[in-house]
Amino acid sequence: MREISVDTIIEKLSWMCIEANCRLNSDIHNAIRTCKDKERSEIGRDILEQLLENADIAKKEMMPICQDTGMAIVFCEVGQEVRITGGSLTDAINEGIRQGYEKGYLRKSVVKDPFFRENTGDNTPAIIHYDIVPGDKVKLILAPKGFGSENMSRIHMLAPSDGMEGAKRVILETIDQAGGNACPPMVVGVGIGGSFEKAPQLAKKALLRPVGEGSPIGYVREMEQELLEKANKLGVGPQGLGGITTALAVHIETFPTHIAGLPVAINISCHVTRHAECEI
Amino acid sequence: MVYNLETPLTEEAVGMLKAGDKVLLTGVVYTGRDAAHKKMVEQLERGESLPFDLHGNILYYVGPTPAKPGQVIGSAGPTTSYRMDAYAPVLMDRGLKGMIGKGDRNRAVVESMIKNQVVYFGAVGGAAALIASAIEEAEVIAYEELGTEAVRKLKVRNFPVTVVIDAQGGNLYETEKAKYRNVE
Ligand code: SF4
Repeated sequence: MREISVDTIIEKLSWMCIEANCRLNSDIHNAIRTCKDKERSEIGRDILEQLLENADIAKKEMMPICQDTGMAIVFCEVGQEVRITGGSLTDAINEGIRQGYEKGYLRKSVVKDPFFRENTGDNTPAIIHYDIVPGDKVKLILAPKGFGSENMSRIHMLAPSDGMEGAKRVILETIDQAGGNACPPMVVGVGIGGSFEKAPQLAKKALLRPVGEGSPIGYVREMEQELLEKANKLGVGPQGLGGITTALAVHIETFPTHIAGLPVAINISCHVTRHAECEI
Repeated sequence: MVYNLETPLTEEAVGMLKAGDKVLLTGVVYTGRDAAHKKMVEQLERGESLPFDLHGNILYYVGPTPAKPGQVIGSAGPTTSYRMDAYAPVLMDRGLKGMIGKGDRNRAVVESMIKNQVVYFGAVGGAAALIASAIEEAEVIAYEELGTEAVRKLKVRNFPVTVVIDAQGGNLYETEKAKYRNVE
């Protein structure tokens, strides 16, 4: 068994919090730039220009791109030949978030109870998705998720007869209704199949894919392209103020499902779709 | 049109602004989001006065990140406004003249804006580091226990906003989207 200390996890994760929140990944930066050149709305072009300028300031000053530094979503793949030493892995992940959000001057946006909304003061707990995988490594992916766009996400338990057309319809409706609330241009993660809880997890994972990298499955890739084109004809535009740049990408993940079901989950994300990863 | 406006907002200024106008705001702006709105409206219901005078003033829906040493404020972009819709009309009835946020408002808010002659500005959601550079001073003046959600008094210079819903009900979210919409 390979041993990995909780201290290593804490240290890596705390650094990833700062990195993810202050540096806009180049795939998104490039996508915004390309869209700016094509955008027909003058207001829209102006907004896209401001977004690029904002990302540059954030990187230079190492300050958060957006004030909503999100709830910390962590995907953790644990190799089955790894033994974690020095404490619990879940505690270590939360400690990494706690330290990163404190050291990086990031916003603490988590409340203890959905009704009695007292801030936990350290942005924990993180939402952690574990996967046990072969090998002797631990892979951590941190995706801080803002809630302006999270609130615009939806799940639909469609009937199999609704088919691909039904899925496309609900995806486009969700993007349309999200409008300016989700800080467009959006990145749209879609999970199709699985069960009631699997589909949104797939949708969240779909957001991790680099913008512009299509699905390896042919028909899914075609769906992604068609939906992106149609999303950009909705008129929503940058910040919902009109234009042809509503989404930067639509990413779809699929999974086997039940004979009676067609779950479709749409996780809306914004132009500040963040993630950092590391392998230990 | 592009305007340079100073706060507090006058009746004339509010009356002349049209959806689509760009405005550079200079002066005092107060911050408040979900929890602060709930507290303010509860205070009013109990007959108490608010931590600041609403007359002619602007509320910016924002929960900034903590300031680093040497900074006035951290990143400070707008949050989504519809969550304040339930509270906004009460505040407009008490003299609030402007709101800054992102995203569309409900009908009750727009009706109250027309009745009370109030303007709703959009700031660029996510452009939080850029907006921070327009903030010269920041001071928590109420509900400190709310952390990022506390009410702050900001002094801003040339804070870039767009009139998205004007005091006549003109709404950029509706008119601009329609121009670029191309769906069967
Ligand atoms: S939706 Fe994204 S860009 Fe907009 S405020 Fe939230 S995190 Fe920031």
